[in-house]
Amino acid sequence: MSVLVDERTRLAVAGITGREGSFHTLNNRRYGTNVVGGVTPGKGGQDVEGIPVFDSWAEAVQEVQPNTAMIFVPPRFAADSILEAAAAGVELVVTITEGIPAHDELRVYNILKRDHVGTRLIGPNCPGILSPGKANVGIIPASFFKAGNVGVVSRSGTLTYQIGNEIAQAGFGCSSIVGIGGDPVPGSSFVDVLELFQADDQTELIVLSGEIGGSAEEEAAEYIAGHVSKPVVAYIAGFTAPEGKQMGHAGAIISGTAGTAAAKAKALEARGVRVGRTPTEVAEIAVQVLGEASIAAH
Amino acid sequence: MDLLEYQGKQLFARHGLKVSPGEAVSTVEDAVRAAGEVGYPVVVKAQVLIGGRGKAGGVKLAADEAEVREHAGNILGMDIRGHVVRTLWIEHASDIATEYYASVLLDRSAKRPLVMFSVEGGVDIEEVAEKTPEKLIRHHVDPLAGLSRDEAVEIATEGGADADVVAGVADALVALYEVWLSEDATLAEINPLIVTPEREVRALDAKVSLDGNALYRHPENQALSDSENEDPIERRAKQEGVQYVKLDGDIGILGNGAGLVMSTLDVVAQAGGSPANFLDAGGGSDAEKIKQAVALILANEAVKAVLFNIFGGITRCDEVARGLIAAFDDIGAGGQSIPFVVRLDGTNDVEGRELLQEAALPNVYPARTMNEAAEKVVALAAGQTVGAGS
Repeated sequence: MSVLVDERTRLAVAGITGREGSFHTLNNRRYGTNVVGGVTPGKGGQDVEGIPVFDSWAEAVQEVQPNTAMIFVPPRFAADSILEAAAAGVELVVTITEGIPAHDELRVYNILKRDHVGTRLIGPNCPGILSPGKANVGIIPASFFKAGNVGVVSRSGTLTYQIGNEIAQAGFGCSSIVGIGGDPVPGSSFVDVLELFQADDQTELIVLSGEIGGSAEEEAAEYIAGHVSKPVVAYIAGFTAPEGKQMGHAGAIISGTAGTAAAKAKALEARGVRVGRTPTEVAEIAVQVLGEASIAAH
Repeated sequence: MDLLEYQGKQLFARHGLKVSPGEAVSTVEDAVRAAGEVGYPVVVKAQVLIGGRGKAGGVKLAADEAEVREHAGNILGMDIRGHVVRTLWIEHASDIATEYYASVLLDRSAKRPLVMFSVEGGVDIEEVAEKTPEKLIRHHVDPLAGLSRDEAVEIATEGGADADVVAGVADALVALYEVWLSEDATLAEINPLIVTPEREVRALDAKVSLDGNALYRHPENQALSDSENEDPIERRAKQEGVQYVKLDGDIGILGNGAGLVMSTLDVVAQAGGSPANFLDAGGGSDAEKIKQAVALILANEAVKAVLFNIFGGITRCDEVARGLIAAFDDIGAGGQSIPFVVRLDGTNDVEGRELLQEAALPNVYPARTMNEAAEKVVALAAGQTVGAGS
């Protein structure tokens, strides 16, 4: 198994007719993801290299039954597109769009929680989800990853590629790589994805890659202590970030004394999670733990 | 985007929150004129985006013209923890009976708006939260319903507001929530929220942060950034659409992806170096954008060496190499004898490395890993020689 996306994924894409949207949708299809449709209001009836385009999510669901939505529309249209997909009954909505207003994210999160409990949102401002060998939904460069037993969950895209690549070079692969995004109000948190990896047979070790801002890493530490029996190796970026400055991601900002990398690393270590000081060290620890596990199994 | 006090107060007034009459000025003469208009006594307040301005001597009471001249002259140009005072807010001085605290913020953990109120105003609220948490009321609001006036009355009552001003405090809380909501703020804070001897409730200070991603909905707020006090390189980066944050060190950093760049800063610091900036070239950068980014990094005169740390996903390493070569060709990046350490991994990394090798740029040092790159750039910034310069 793996988590969230696999051979059963039926993907439809909002914004499929845009430049970025079509490029990555076709990349995902080339990887083997089952892409069943696209949604662009006003362009229903057209197609993108054979992929049918619909005017609305309701129509797409009725015609081609997607179970996964990818949102690639500009920030000002993203909230409505997410909610429309949820209202049409799509179970998983992966939002790549960067720059959505925080109040929109807050509204979307709370409406999903109130009205659409059957829909899970990943992102916004995330690279998507890759289950190597099965499906790729988003912009993660699949060539750096192979199938294996490491589950990766991260707030940052390129940092994930860095860590994943080092693990791959050491001969290990991944069950799934899940980017939850760098925004202040993500649809899914570390805790949500940790729960999935804990329940997933294929995943034997979890790598958690966090960064400054908010308290998602501290909440993850609490959750791991109570609910995760699999080994977790963590990385936190932003030890040298100054207070009050947004470091690229909208959510990566230290406010006063809250959200520092040191506090996050401490919270994780206090709960028995090993924290690597560099991406390389994270990969080394992960490989070491996996090596010990495989020796113990023989 | 953080607002200066007077800009925050302008937003407050727009939503019916009571503030004292005042005027923002940037010269002593204008300060004197404004004081005459708002009426003595006045308070002369430094407008800077940093706390502790009162302790630094940036807030003074003036009873007459001579005192306004004196204080305005002293405070303009004052350096408060690295922030130079260029604007003063001249406000009619308020008589204060009581000082409260009120704020509305986005609670990322609860994923709800959080309204806070305390009768312990005018002091550091984090200290109140730590030492006497029972005196800080924390109330989560359902963002789909908003803050009702009944809820606001409850908050004020529970927090211990004087009975005769509960209604006034509740009105202020509702108005503050409205500021937070309709201006797309992530924080709207009043400390202190005062009660005058006439029992009027009024905002004596304002701390507001607006969501930069929502500015398209608020064209009237776009001019509110503190551009005068902004670092000139950061301002230029913003205009060019580059994510750049100036730091105190001497090693310029360029990477792709916010997380990887933050990580690069950390790894350089662990290797004993001190980063001069955060620069995220973003996904899919072409050569032109890389060239532009190099120009930004080199605009900081403190920079002694530069580190490129690229893990190409959407970004292609050959484009990054072309950008660096163009920076040498077009803007003389090599002319300043500043060494560049370049680590290229990921999409088209082999092509990128070959391009750099063929170009044989002076003072460019390839590195295979992030750690090796960090060690090399730290040594070069310290004036040491390292191997494998091309």
